[in-house]
Amino acid sequence: MGLPMKIRATNRDGVTEVKVLMNHVMETGLRKDPSGQIVPALFINEVTAKLNDKVVMQAQWGPAVARNPYLAFKVKGGKPGDNVSISWTDSSGDARTDEATVS
Amino acid sequence: MNLGHQASRRGFLHLTGLLALATSALALAPRLALATWNKAAFETKALADAYKALGVESPTASGDVRINASDIAENGAVVPVEVISKIPNTTQISVLIEKNPTTLTAQFDLGPDMLPEISTRVKMAETSNIIALVKADGKFYAATKEIKVTLGGCGG
Repeated sequence: MGLPMKIRATNRDGVTEVKVLMNHVMETGLRKDPSGQIVPALFINEVTAKLNDKVVMQAQWGPAVARNPYLAFKVKGGKPGDNVSISWTDSSGDARTDEATVS
Repeated sequence: MNLGHQASRRGFLHLTGLLALATSALALAPRLALATWNKAAFETKALADAYKALGVESPTASGDVRINASDIAENGAVVPVEVISKIPNTTQISVLIEKNPTTLTAQFDLGPDMLPEISTRVKMAETSNIIALVKADGKFYAATKEIKVTLGGCGG
């Protein structure tokens, strides 16, 4: 299981804003380590966001999304107390899901 | 013997029934179905190839697709980018970086409740055009912004 991410979800004026900071190396496979060896590619390639168990967004990523990916998006509706869940899988098959409550 | 014929007819009807059920289930399937990671698209090394892999003919340049990002990125490893689409029925927003080793950076599929805007951070190898590609009502629109990079971010 991957490292935990931070999720902030706030509701205002009928819109729920979600901000996520994931913890992931997002290696491109182009970088060399100090000994000159290529560091193999390892990156999140799929992301799913849910609001109360309903999928609101899905994404496909390549390695050019920055290390420790930041993601922010807005969803119509939602209210304080609702559940937001963010899941990712990476190119090695590792996966992570974290949840937060809308404030 | 009649029995064998009956059994096969029953079996056929059963199969047809299952097929009808499956088809109707597909018709009711939510707009977002988990697509397999588009390896071919994420491995393209030029904008034209990325468009081709994404099934995009030639996107219409549109001022209704806004890219919010600094003109100059101090650190190519972390370039904040926001894309906002003012086009109705936007269902997909993609970010492409023309001069990166591979062009397609990210593709977001928007559910019906999601506002047509997305904010993230990308890596840029060098000064390049960033393209925001929007799909709305099955048609593609694009906006382009050049971002100057002082320190390249892909690690080469």
